[in-house]
Amino acid sequence: MPNGQWPRTIVASLVIGLAGGALFWRGTDGFRAVTSEQARRVAIAASPRSLPAVDLEDQNGRSFTLEEYRGRPVIVDFVYTQCRLACPLLSDAFQRVARAEQAKWPGDVDRQLPLLSITFDPEDTPPRLREYAGHYSADGRSWRFARVKDQRDLAQLLRAFDIVVIREPQGGFQHNAAIHVLDVQGRLARVLDLGTPSEDVARAAEGQSR
Amino acid sequence: MPPRGKAGDRRMVIGAYGAILAFAALALPWSRHALERVMIGHMLVQIPLLVVIGVLMARALPPGVSARLAKWNAGGVSGILLALIASSWWMVPRALDSALASPAMEVAKFVTLPLLVGVPLALSWSALGGIGRGFVIANVLPMWAVVGWAYMAAPVRVCNYYLVDQQVIAGLGLLSLAVALGVAVALMSFRHGAHAPTV
Repeated sequence: MPNGQWPRTIVASLVIGLAGGALFWRGTDGFRAVTSEQARRVAIAASPRSLPAVDLEDQNGRSFTLEEYRGRPVIVDFVYTQCRLACPLLSDAFQRVARAEQAKWPGDVDRQLPLLSITFDPEDTPPRLREYAGHYSADGRSWRFARVKDQRDLAQLLRAFDIVVIREPQGGFQHNAAIHVLDVQGRLARVLDLGTPSEDVARAAEGQSR
Repeated sequence: MPPRGKAGDRRMVIGAYGAILAFAALALPWSRHALERVMIGHMLVQIPLLVVIGVLMARALPPGVSARLAKWNAGGVSGILLALIASSWWMVPRALDSALASPAMEVAKFVTLPLLVGVPLALSWSALGGIGRGFVIANVLPMWAVVGWAYMAAPVRVCNYYLVDQQVIAGLGLLSLAVALGVAVALMSFRHGAHAPTV
């Protein structure tokens, strides 16, 4: 092999190495996100997202939109009532926040941090949501359960949150599960792990209340 | 241009047509969906096949092009580096998800795996020499094994588009592939060792 090829090869290798390093750096947000879920959290923390104003219906059949919460931070999660894996963990986490808020502001729903659980199962009707709320002794006011009225809106809402829901072969769904914090302008501002302690959830919401 | 045997020429042509046909077959929406529906089909069937297509393409390259590329690829070093980096990217869970979520990334996958993994791999492998090949194998196989084990043991779903049990199967597949290749390489080197003249 002629020796003259080595300098070029070293240059080529350096270029490849640098370009590869840059690709991995950019493609993983500075080695912070190797999964899509981590990527979503990094992206949302960096720039809060506006959300589509979709029509929702709560466990009592009352219609509303996310606009209704404008001016206050809201904690949102996505669940379905027949879920056995991630959703019970999420709902347990919400229950702990709800209890802490009730202890902090007894009977004063307006000062309690609002919680909203949105279902992505088209078969979850208001009565089913009501029953689910009962399981977690949710008051239905500071912690509400909702479904999206129009299925096309549901896809749009899930896309805005970057929630991917896939059907399991035996029925049921798998989905990325997290606690979402909406800021006072109704934007998706933070995504927290489902294991986040309730005081940290409250603090994250506090951080979005300005 | 160096002379090339007629039989060799014919093999190149068959290889090139085969690569084009295989690429077209893999790019069909039907086969894409079939292979990408499960994680093991995506990671351990579609992606390796795209690399193999690149290898076939490299063999059909005009000798002038190969010779020009070789000037920048002494000892196969830069080519194998390119192949390693580009193939590693498509083992990142986020990259698999992105190929499913975005058509642009899917196109990028179909372009980069043959051109940036298969072609440089084929052009560099023989130039690497025994020690170089051994070095690459000794690094790549444990990496696959670790990634496979991580997919099996991860407490969370790493891909938004795949079920947890598919992740475990894909991890087991990758781990098994690494072990099987490791055993095959070991057997081959022992056999070669037995025939090698004692120095």
